[in-house]
Amino acid sequence: MSRLMIPKTYKLYLNGAFVRSESGRSYKVSDDNGIFVANVAMASRKDAREAVVAARVAFAGWSGASAYNRGQVLYRIAELMEGRREQFVEEVYRAEGGGKEAAASQVEGAIDTWVWYAGWADKYAQVAGNANPVSGPYFNLSVPEPTGVVATIAGRRPCLLSLVSLIAPALVSGNTVVAFPSQAHPLPALSLSEVLATSDVPKGVVNILSGSPAEIAPWLASHADVNALDLTGAEDLNWIELQMSAAETLKRIIPPETAAWAAWRSLDRILAFTEIKTIWHTKSVI
Amino acid sequence: MIACADEKDVDAAVAAARRAYETVWSKLSGTDRGKYLFRIARLIQERSRELAVAESLDNGKPIKESRDVDLPLVAAWFFYYAGWADKLDHAGLGLDPQPLGVTAQVIPWNFPLLMLAWKIAPALTAGNTVVLKPAESTSLTALLFAEIVQQADLPPGVINIITGGGDTGRLLVQHPDVNKVAFTGSTVVGREIARAVAGTQKKLTLELGGKGANIVFDDAPLDQAIEGIVNGIFFNQGHVCCAGSRLLVQEGIHDDVIERLKHRLSTLRLGDPLDKNTDIGAINSAKQLARIEALSSAGEAEGAVRWSVPCRLPPKGYWFPPTLFTGVSTHHAIAREEIFGPVLSVLTFRTPEEAIAKANNTPYGLSAGIWSDKGSRILAVADKLRAGVIWANTFNRFDPASPFGGYKESGYGREGGRHGLLAYLQPRTWTGDGPVGQRGTVKMSSVKPVKPVERSRKAARKA
Repeated sequence: MSRLMIPKTYKLYLNGAFVRSESGRSYKVSDDNGIFVANVAMASRKDAREAVVAARVAFAGWSGASAYNRGQVLYRIAELMEGRREQFVEEVYRAEGGGKEAAASQVEGAIDTWVWYAGWADKYAQVAGNANPVSGPYFNLSVPEPTGVVATIAGRRPCLLSLVSLIAPALVSGNTVVAFPSQAHPLPALSLSEVLATSDVPKGVVNILSGSPAEIAPWLASHADVNALDLTGAEDLNWIELQMSAAETLKRIIPPETAAWAAWRSLDRILAFTEIKTIWHTKSVI
Repeated sequence: MIACADEKDVDAAVAAARRAYETVWSKLSGTDRGKYLFRIARLIQERSRELAVAESLDNGKPIKESRDVDLPLVAAWFFYYAGWADKLDHAGLGLDPQPLGVTAQVIPWNFPLLMLAWKIAPALTAGNTVVLKPAESTSLTALLFAEIVQQADLPPGVINIITGGGDTGRLLVQHPDVNKVAFTGSTVVGREIARAVAGTQKKLTLELGGKGANIVFDDAPLDQAIEGIVNGIFFNQGHVCCAGSRLLVQEGIHDDVIERLKHRLSTLRLGDPLDKNTDIGAINSAKQLARIEALSSAGEAEGAVRWSVPCRLPPKGYWFPPTLFTGVSTHHAIAREEIFGPVLSVLTFRTPEEAIAKANNTPYGLSAGIWSDKGSRILAVADKLRAGVIWANTFNRFDPASPFGGYKESGYGREGGRHGLLAYLQPRTWTGDGPVGQRGTVKMSSVKPVKPVERSRKAARKA
């Protein structure tokens, strides 16, 4: 007699915990053939606000951690994803169809993306910052720092790779993230949150909300405590409206059009959510 | 009377800039672009006295400042960026970075010619052409600059100066054939511009308001700190976006600092901007004076204690005496809103943590100052301040090599230095296995083909 399998309950990943939406809402997720797979939590506006609070609280610790430490934590995510490679391949394949090979290639791409960005954590500041030869007795240095709380809308496909490609570069410099994965294919992202929860990523640094970005993104765009908006995967939304709303608080924005610098792995993605701080210090005249 | 550019004028200016971009400027070698900028720098030096006088006449700032600060920096800005023109491969965007195209630049009235230099020099060196609109109340030096552009024999259309008010600026920023918008001014207008460019492919940099904290620890070198505080808020009548308008003093030295400040402020000379002994000039406009007066009244109404230098104000013109408020709380309007005038709000703190929390307690993030004799403390506090420019044991220093710009609602993008150059360039898109890796970009099967913004716009126009 074959064993009856145990289906997983997919929840939101909010402030390091797996929770149902406070609204009690859920929605059906189907596989590529339209067959029911799971009910997942449907995040509400209040869930999004709580995620922003969690991300803000986590910001000081994550941005204050050493760059070496952040790099190690990101590498740890790759290690744990590798360990659950088969599960991710299966989930991506069920979600997107298109053959196991394509799914495997996407998962490997996602894992390697973490490794690539992990290595940047203690290097990007050397590339993006510099000493400035000002006229006068001053020590003058420009360094990049994380922007703050980043709200991210990931694309539909590739559902896992697109999410990883958006949140990894934001994390490199010390930003914290509130992310909406693909609404139609959220399961790989929600499994990723299990990896994040066990990878020494401090709670609140990444928050993953399944649900309708069309419904919730406007609240994030206008939220005064969100510093940046990554709209790379928001092609299907009214992203111009979101951008206009974000203008009220002068958020940093990556619009959905795939400009040259918005390639999946790029230093520019790291720098898009950093601020250059320039420090002048007097030198005594000897 | 100065002309007010209407829609037709803006169209004509943008068309001229487009023509100059496509036929001349984008085809010129970097070396030649640089030579034009060097020429401009020299011409500014040659005519700096005339320009300084015009600036003080127009803006009301003391001639001492326009002569010794504004004009030397204007020339330095052109010199600095002139040298970049043939070295763009080293700017950090990979080989052969590309200009953006036609840039629309709108600048404020507080440093008219200096803001023009901050905008035009990097734009031109990167290979862009320019349509610039100076502030309505301070257009004179921009028009004199146009003459310098002619003397430098720049190809027609590379630089276009249009005058007018907010409506002209709006037309320029919203013009469909503009590739890049650069604005310095109020956060209110900055928001409006950010909304206006939403959904377009225009690149945007904004340098907006501030409410800079100037933090004085009890071990600070007090004589220097007093000079720095005064320079931080009373330089240019406080019409400075990065002004140190919130003084955070450690509790134990509060009374001493206030007493010294009052003494020092009483020695400042307020009056005729063209008198070289004048320290404090005129407020730029009736409108600005009304705003300063309204916020100062609000400060008193909310319970802060006002002290103004007991000096005689000239009978004619717009004047406001150097003023400080003590007993200010973080919730007071004078501690939150940008006054943009010679008004200092004084708050106290006990611990470094409290100083940092208070300094960061603002939607702005442009500048901050730290005064202390302890280097390790300065560096630790500087790390935690959310502001784009931090001055330690100094204030209001500017240099073309040094990036300037804000965090949070003080805007985005940098002006000055290598970082300022990046606001006017885009990486060249490489295909195949060529130089892509040099920019740290990994080609993946899932990546969509990408086009540089400027090129896709050209294609759209041709279609």
